[in-house]
Amino acid sequence: MLGEGILKGMAETAKNFAGSFVSKERLTTVEYPEERIAPAENARVFPFLVYDSENWEKGLRCVACQICEKECPPKCIYIDKSKDKKPDYVGKQQFYPTRFDIDISVCMSCQICVEVCPFEAIKMDTQFELATDDRFGGLLLDREQLAKSNEYYHEIHPTEAAEVDARLAEEKAKVEAKAKAAEAAAAKAAADTAAKTAAPASPTQAKPEGGQD
Amino acid sequence: MTVVFYLIAALTVAGALAAVLLKNLVHCALAVTVAFGGLALLFLSLDAQFAGFVQILVYIGAVAILIVFAILLTRGSDVPKDGVFSPTWLTGVAIAAAVFAVIGWAVINSVNAIPQQAAVPHVTVHDIGIALVGPYVLPLEIVALLLTAATVGAVIVAMHEKGGSE
Amino acid sequence: MIDKADQIFVLLQHWLISFLPLALQQPAAVVIGVIGIISVFPAIFALTTVFERKGLGRIQNRLGPNRVGPFGFMQPLADAIKSLTKEDVVPSSANGPVHFLAPVGLVVAVFMGFAVLPVGRNMVLVDMDAGLLFFFAMGASTEVSVFMAGWSSRNKYSLLGAMRAVAQMISYEVVLLLSSVAVVMITGSLSLTKIVEAQNHYTGIFPHWYIFTPWGLAGFLMYAIAATAETNRSPFDLPEGESELVAGYHTEYSGFKFALFFLGEYLAMLSISGLGTTLFLGGWSAPFSFLTFIPSWFWFFSKLMLSIFVFIWMRGTLPRLRQDQLMNFAWKFVLPFTLLDLFVTALWRFMGEGILRWIVCSAILLAAYFVMGRVAMVRKHFGPRSYRYAE
Repeated sequence: MLGEGILKGMAETAKNFAGSFVSKERLTTVEYPEERIAPAENARVFPFLVYDSENWEKGLRCVACQICEKECPPKCIYIDKSKDKKPDYVGKQQFYPTRFDIDISVCMSCQICVEVCPFEAIKMDTQFELATDDRFGGLLLDREQLAKSNEYYHEIHPTEAAEVDARLAEEKAKVEAKAKAAEAAAAKAAADTAAKTAAPASPTQAKPEGGQD
Repeated sequence: MTVVFYLIAALTVAGALAAVLLKNLVHCALAVTVAFGGLALLFLSLDAQFAGFVQILVYIGAVAILIVFAILLTRGSDVPKDGVFSPTWLTGVAIAAAVFAVIGWAVINSVNAIPQQAAVPHVTVHDIGIALVGPYVLPLEIVALLLTAATVGAVIVAMHEKGGSE
Repeated sequence: MIDKADQIFVLLQHWLISFLPLALQQPAAVVIGVIGIISVFPAIFALTTVFERKGLGRIQNRLGPNRVGPFGFMQPLADAIKSLTKEDVVPSSANGPVHFLAPVGLVVAVFMGFAVLPVGRNMVLVDMDAGLLFFFAMGASTEVSVFMAGWSSRNKYSLLGAMRAVAQMISYEVVLLLSSVAVVMITGSLSLTKIVEAQNHYTGIFPHWYIFTPWGLAGFLMYAIAATAETNRSPFDLPEGESELVAGYHTEYSGFKFALFFLGEYLAMLSISGLGTTLFLGGWSAPFSFLTFIPSWFWFFSKLMLSIFVFIWMRGTLPRLRQDQLMNFAWKFVLPFTLLDLFVTALWRFMGEGILRWIVCSAILLAAYFVMGRVAMVRKHFGPRSYRYAE
């Protein structure tokens, strides 16, 4: 019948119109900036530096290896390495960056710096409301602005952060196990040399040492 | 009353003069539309409502559009290089004056023929309708046939240009 | 009391002119009526623009404008300020006087149409004997200004849009006139006040509106289609389709002139809906006999707004018709159906009261609709493309 399609179409739009007052499915508008949608878990905008403990300076994971600076395609990262060292999360002495600048007007969010970082120190943030009217330095983020805590990282990327934490804990455990093994070996070596010096004394003394191994 | 008449007459004559004196053809067509509007106002001032409104509906709504379409579709909108006056303008003026004289004589004689009446008889649309299907039904039907023939002819001419219908 | 509420505007008008000397009273009454029209209908136009944007938004699963004023209802104010303060850009090769006069002509012609609409009991500006004819005459005058706008812009897209618009308007003008002739046949008069009064009777609680008769329903549908096409509304808005012709015949207009075109188009929509209400929906008469205590002007404007909502609904639903589909539809389906409707109206008139005429007229119209729907709207079969070169 002529006009049947029109009537069906009009019924559909009427349903849309009426439904938009009652159901969320028929009115999917989110009125920004009063309401916001939480970004997806794998959203990425610009990088930030992760720090572990309370103090951002002490807990900063970055060791200023400068790999991200070299790999960055638009070269938006600028790093100054320190002269002295400070201990990292496993206790090893590492360098740290005295200056770590990212120019976010240049950064293209390619995530290469995150992929190449061997220390899980730089991750992608999801904050995008970074517009500023300071045209000369407003978009150049320095070390302090970039440093955000591990808890924040857990908030924005929970599964990723959990994975990273697990990996780091594993590393730490391995290092500790190795340290313990090294310590035990060192102790054993010390005991061995002590035993060697007292070796002609009695072979029976070697037995309890062997039992201690 | 006569002031109104003179104003409307001035508008109509101005429109008609502009229609022949302007250089751009589409401007001329629009000026002739103004002249049609003036004619319609004259009809209305004589209390001939039907004639006045049909004048607007048909002349301004259809004939003027037809004129501009004809101008546009036949490349007539180029400004003529050597002015709008043709070399035989004297003959044209003579002929126009002769026509005007004949029509003026006919009108003046007919005004003398009708006895002076104080009130103009009021002709309603109803009366026009009754007249069209009563005493004047034969002219109505002939005009209808003519219009049908014209429409069919237009369709045939258009179809022929298309090179056969599908 | 009810009478007072119904006639409140007339009483207001009489009270205002009572301050003046007798000689000036008649012209003053007309001036007050004109002021009323010029203030009310553009206000409704402003409201219509908001309803359209919010309505279309809701149909399209989004909110309309909702920042200016409560729920966005002050948006027309923002639009007005914007269009008044925008720079008026006129192309340098455009035809000056014609370019300027086109929107003026459009708005004047459209405003004149409101003079004969009866918005309430005793509330017509000019009660003409040939009121309907006057209305159509003013509608025809809008075509000239559309053409003027398109031609004077010296822009081939504008010209093309104007030609298409004029062709469309002429085709559907015929349909508009013929579907109103059916109403005139039954009423016996061209005067709009008499047409409304003929519909103001009730059998039981049901009104005698023409839309509740078979020929009236068919006539109303044809009138609605023709009205949508006359005012270049979706789905017939090819002449001003943004994706086809930039903005068609009003491409080269900016600022206030564009606002005037916008105003003219929407006012034409309002006035043609007003005429449709008067002809088919009973004008200012109430839908049920027990509702006559509500003022007549309230019913007129409600029916007007209902028509506007249907226009907006159609705009949100239907895709645009192509020019040849539009013309095919007009000449091959709508016009023959309207002529048949005229015949059926005559049959209705001369058959006398009773159930027989209902059955016969409805049967003829339904059969014709189904048959013509199949036969007349046959689609062109796709085949190898043929070309036609210009001579």
